[in-house]
Amino acid sequence: MSNSLFGKRSYDVIAFVLLAVLILVVLPLTLDAFRLNLFGKYLTYSFVALGLVLCWGYTGILSLGQGVFFGLGGYCMAMFLKLEASSVANTKIQSTPGIPDFMDWNQITELPFFWRPFHSLTFTLAAIILVPCIMAFVLSFAMFKRRVGGVYFAIITQALSAVMTILIIGQQGYTGGVNGITDLRTLLGWDIRPDHSKVILYFVCCVLLLGCILLGRFVLTSKLGRILVAIRDKEDRVRFSGYDVANFKVFIFCVASAFAAIGGAMFTLQVGFMSPSFVGIVPSIEMVIFCAVGGRQSLVGAVAGALLINYGKTVFSESFPELWLFAMGGLFIAVVLAFPRGLAGLMTDQVMPWVTRMRNGKGGATPSISPSPAE
Amino acid sequence: MLFGYSFGDLGSILVMQGFAGLILFSVFVLMALGLAIIFGQMGVINMAHGEFMILGAYMTFLSSHLFQTYLPSFFGIYFFVAMIVAFLVSGAAGLATEWLLIRHLYRRPLDTLLATWGLSLIMQQAFRTIFGAREVGVELPSWMMGSLNVSSSIEVQINGLFVMALTLMITGAVALLMFKSRWGLQVRAVVNNRVMSGAVGIDTRRIDRLTFGLGCGIAGVAGSAFTMIGSTSPSAGQLYIVDTFLVVVFGGAQSLLGTIASALAISQSQSTLEFFTSGSNAKVTTLLIVIGLLMLRPQGLFVLKVRK
Repeated sequence: MSNSLFGKRSYDVIAFVLLAVLILVVLPLTLDAFRLNLFGKYLTYSFVALGLVLCWGYTGILSLGQGVFFGLGGYCMAMFLKLEASSVANTKIQSTPGIPDFMDWNQITELPFFWRPFHSLTFTLAAIILVPCIMAFVLSFAMFKRRVGGVYFAIITQALSAVMTILIIGQQGYTGGVNGITDLRTLLGWDIRPDHSKVILYFVCCVLLLGCILLGRFVLTSKLGRILVAIRDKEDRVRFSGYDVANFKVFIFCVASAFAAIGGAMFTLQVGFMSPSFVGIVPSIEMVIFCAVGGRQSLVGAVAGALLINYGKTVFSESFPELWLFAMGGLFIAVVLAFPRGLAGLMTDQVMPWVTRMRNGKGGATPSISPSPAE
Repeated sequence: MLFGYSFGDLGSILVMQGFAGLILFSVFVLMALGLAIIFGQMGVINMAHGEFMILGAYMTFLSSHLFQTYLPSFFGIYFFVAMIVAFLVSGAAGLATEWLLIRHLYRRPLDTLLATWGLSLIMQQAFRTIFGAREVGVELPSWMMGSLNVSSSIEVQINGLFVMALTLMITGAVALLMFKSRWGLQVRAVVNNRVMSGAVGIDTRRIDRLTFGLGCGIAGVAGSAFTMIGSTSPSAGQLYIVDTFLVVVFGGAQSLLGTIASALAISQSQSTLEFFTSGSNAKVTTLLIVIGLLMLRPQGLFVLKVRK
């Protein structure tokens, strides 16, 4: 396989390099700061899509609750930034200075205990990864050990995202309610609001994303990745071969949740607020759709899907708001019915063989490259 | 004395909260019945179920308008006509959906979820384009308004009673259809063993299509009943889809009795808790309890043995 130029592995490498060039060079050179920030926002969704490639595309676990983990990561970051923004000097007009403004509006006079550790950046950074991971672990451990999976897992995670939204909206005094945590200003004294900071944050986001892609690729190409695919295709056989299937599923679900949480934290930093509208059922399903459209079995494809759909959403809803939902709905149906492997599948199955044929067709007698053997 | 209420008051409160819970129960049962048939019997996740319900609600809204404009003298009975219209339209839409979309996806249950989500987006936007984004309500005929005074401190709404009676009737009809008719026998056979049912001459594709259509039709009736107690908006369907799925899963996906029992448990605990804490806390607590119970007992309350 490795001697053909367009072997499956080299597709991945080419795609990765193209994506890196696109987000690190092309976009920053061609877009103004506002648009670049928008793309930075789209990139944060692609963290979630990456996690879904790992747990859904490769392991067969469909989670409709990724918004919860995205939100947890985002809220952890937002709590730290909010505490920094509500210093005693900034909030001296409140009846209790030094606590976030929405707490003051809700007659809370003391910082709740679970907010206190978020004064520390180290704790916050750890919490961004650990809080969603612990939650994902508890949930998935309880379910996978009892061999609940598939559709049931999807419905339970969906219920979880509903619970989370209602909880955040209901506990207004502790979470900022439906408006979320807004008016975030500085990170350790560095103002995150002006354009030049946003450009820096965009690049941080890109580097983290590329890192996550490499990490995901490392997991998938390792022996562990093989076991994950085997679990997706014939879970019972893997179990009969002596593997503890549940542990693998719990692991990959936790990795996916951690990816989502990193995305959420970057979202808060770049957009400057976090609200329950990124936690609930609708955003969670949309994130699954990004992944499905891009290609549920391709890390780079999922990122491309997130970028394309969100870009399409922005363009469409600016000019034809009426048509957007029709277009989006039609797109999902088309992708599921006609291209279950998404854009990436379209590339590898249709476009690349065509390119190869064209190259070889010119040469006349050269034998066509045999398709790479099925994995 | 408890919480500052006398025991007489407390009794009345319990009865009234119980009654509110019963209305919620009726709505849950109506919504969940259609889903229990589609999800439980066929294993298809229909995320557009809420939209089929809203379709029924809009049909009721349309019929109420038509009756008001053209047949004002028959306005008292428009609701019965509206229900039939809602059933037929939602059912026909369901049949079309099955034929165009679902039948290609029976081997990929998780993909039905995505495809029907796409469908629900299209339907929502269609409702918004046709009926406008604002909430609409129907006008109730005069005999359905008002309430009955059972005692000096207890009163029950007539439209609530009507919805309950309707739920009883529809549930009875579905139970008859599933357990006494030839068609129901065939459906249950297909659920138990699809290949063998095909081998003994049951047209499993036709059964699938009719089952899906019936499920959507019942959703339409549910939506129609829903207009009696609430208003309708294009995106209202999404609010109920999670509750409905939880009711079905909690009850045990293949059991109609389980669906009813879990609808009762969930609605009663929610409305009772609502009295003691805020509405959102009650909902969170109920959902968390259900999730917790499902972790302990993943197969749901009632289990039907199915050969895989």
